[in-house]
Amino acid sequence: MIWDALTLQLGYNATLVTVGAALLGMAAGATGSFLFLGKRALVSDAISHATLPGVALAFVAMVALGGDGRALPGLLAGSALSAAAGLLCVSALTNRTRLSEDAAIGAVLSVFFGFGIVLLTVIQSMSSGRQAGLESFLLGSTAGMLWQDAMVIAIGGAVVLALVALLRRPMTMVAFDREFAAGAGMNVPRIELAMMGLALAITVVGLKIVGLILIVALLIIPAVAARFWTDRVGHVVILAGLVGGVAGYCGTALSATAPALPTGPIIVLVSFALFALSLVAAPNRGVLAAVLRHRRFQARVHVRQGLLALAQGQPIYEGLTLRLMRRRGLIRPDGVATDQGQAQAAAALRDERRWQALRSDPAHEEAAASYDGLTPLDDILTPDQLTALDEGLRPKEVP
Amino acid sequence: MKLVTPETPQTDREALAASPLAIRGLTVSYAEKPAVFSVDATFQPGKMTAIVGPNGAGKSTMLKAALGIVTPLSGRVTAWGNPLDTMRARIAYVPQRASVDWDFPTRVLDVVLMGQYRQLGLLGRVKTRHIQTAINCLERVGMDGFADRQIGQLSGGQQQRVFLARALAQDADLYLLDEPFAGVDAATETAIISVLKSLREQGRTVVAVHHDLSTVADYFDWVFVINTSKVAEGPVAEAFTQANLQEAYGGRLATAQIGVTG
Repeated sequence: MIWDALTLQLGYNATLVTVGAALLGMAAGATGSFLFLGKRALVSDAISHATLPGVALAFVAMVALGGDGRALPGLLAGSALSAAAGLLCVSALTNRTRLSEDAAIGAVLSVFFGFGIVLLTVIQSMSSGRQAGLESFLLGSTAGMLWQDAMVIAIGGAVVLALVALLRRPMTMVAFDREFAAGAGMNVPRIELAMMGLALAITVVGLKIVGLILIVALLIIPAVAARFWTDRVGHVVILAGLVGGVAGYCGTALSATAPALPTGPIIVLVSFALFALSLVAAPNRGVLAAVLRHRRFQARVHVRQGLLALAQGQPIYEGLTLRLMRRRGLIRPDGVATDQGQAQAAAALRDERRWQALRSDPAHEEAAASYDGLTPLDDILTPDQLTALDEGLRPKEVP
Repeated sequence: MKLVTPETPQTDREALAASPLAIRGLTVSYAEKPAVFSVDATFQPGKMTAIVGPNGAGKSTMLKAALGIVTPLSGRVTAWGNPLDTMRARIAYVPQRASVDWDFPTRVLDVVLMGQYRQLGLLGRVKTRHIQTAINCLERVGMDGFADRQIGQLSGGQQQRVFLARALAQDADLYLLDEPFAGVDAATETAIISVLKSLREQGRTVVAVHHDLSTVADYFDWVFVINTSKVAEGPVAEAFTQANLQEAYGGRLATAQIGVTG
């Protein structure tokens, strides 16, 4: 069943929904990268929670006009309007009062969401009929999704993706350095508005599949996961799009295997799995790599300290130092230095003496700044500079 | 900046047309306390001007408001006699380096390429000549060989040099710098000042917010002294005087001042 779902063999509608969710996930990941890099990630949470009153009011309006209250385009239009109202409230509170943005987000998010829940409860008690299913906008569901609904999602995702590609350069510049962008004559507020507009579009398009509570995860988690793997903006955006796409695809396919499975939480769990993998396994920024790097560094420090102690005839007490030096064949099991150990110890001591000379010489001020007790001076000075240093050392050694 | 101003007298109009950056009646206020009050400034073409004043005197704010980065309460700004917005392509701005997140995932080369945004536009491909320009700019600030570095690996002085290289890539006629020497090493200070002097030799204009009074006379030829409102403006020999500094710094002068003329 799961294999059938992942290979798109659960029928035409399920396939369309899965492909739509993959496109949505790609667009969400790419858009979210810019929110994350510009440190505006939480704004998307305010946007998504602010959609709920719009959904409920659109339902009421459509029923009152005698239509089907659950027509997706109408509900999405309503949610977009109320999300835009929420966004305006956040920016007005931030710009016109002394409230910080996070406080404004918290206030707007909870008030809009609370209002939406009240409206939903009222709608449940109305006798208009066919109101069942509105609550699926909270956590997302693919059950009973129509062909047109899936098309709306797929096209919406594709359009947002294209707009992200179009605006990537100004959005990157504003995320990195607003002041420079403004000084260069860019309309920074308009670019930020476009960025928020894209997040809003993702939220609205993703309402049906992911649900409004968890859409923020699809915007942010892929970007955070992607950041572990690369140090370049373009790659973060592409990787985040991939992570989001895989999460949308797999999450939707998995949730289609059983009728009661909510889609949003499963998509989020898949993207979290990719995040966890990145956190642990990514080179450089990953946890595993950091632990290994720390171990290697620790070993360097211990060996260097051990060698200096050897060279000066001091005893070594620390177990780790002794173990490391034995393993490298620098000392014998009884703690006496091997020939190799003596040679390296002498070299370490000479290096340390050179460093001392270098650091007491004002002419070498810049080179002296790179002293860390570990770096060999040969890496920093040219051979002729080293010879000059050694000249200065000689008289001290022969008093 | 859309304040209605009375008819500008003829002499001032000539001064405005010549000046790469002229400010009239600029007031900037955070909450209800003006940080900059009714400032007039006429920066001189082809000169290096230092903006000096005590901490919190509105030096950086004046620069940001002139560029429209913060919104002024009143005032008018012209560049070469024209509205500033029509002259953006000829102006390069170097913000304080503390104003950005240096863990941002980008390379030195990409930051410098941002200076060529106008040539690249929304979708233009980065071509070899753009990269060559960026690398030339890095060479001018002594950072050749750093193009592929992640910006998070740079020291404070190197960060400042990258910011200067990005401004050089804009190939502007007016360079505005916010505290370019703050917290940089001696070698970087020397490198930056020699780049700025070479810009002046090419006839370009440099305006820098500067905090170190001891180097004003060595580095700059004009000075603008501010403490919320303008205190003095003119050639270093005339405006950088004990009396003017006393007025701007008040009791803080003794600690701020080393080696002032007059």
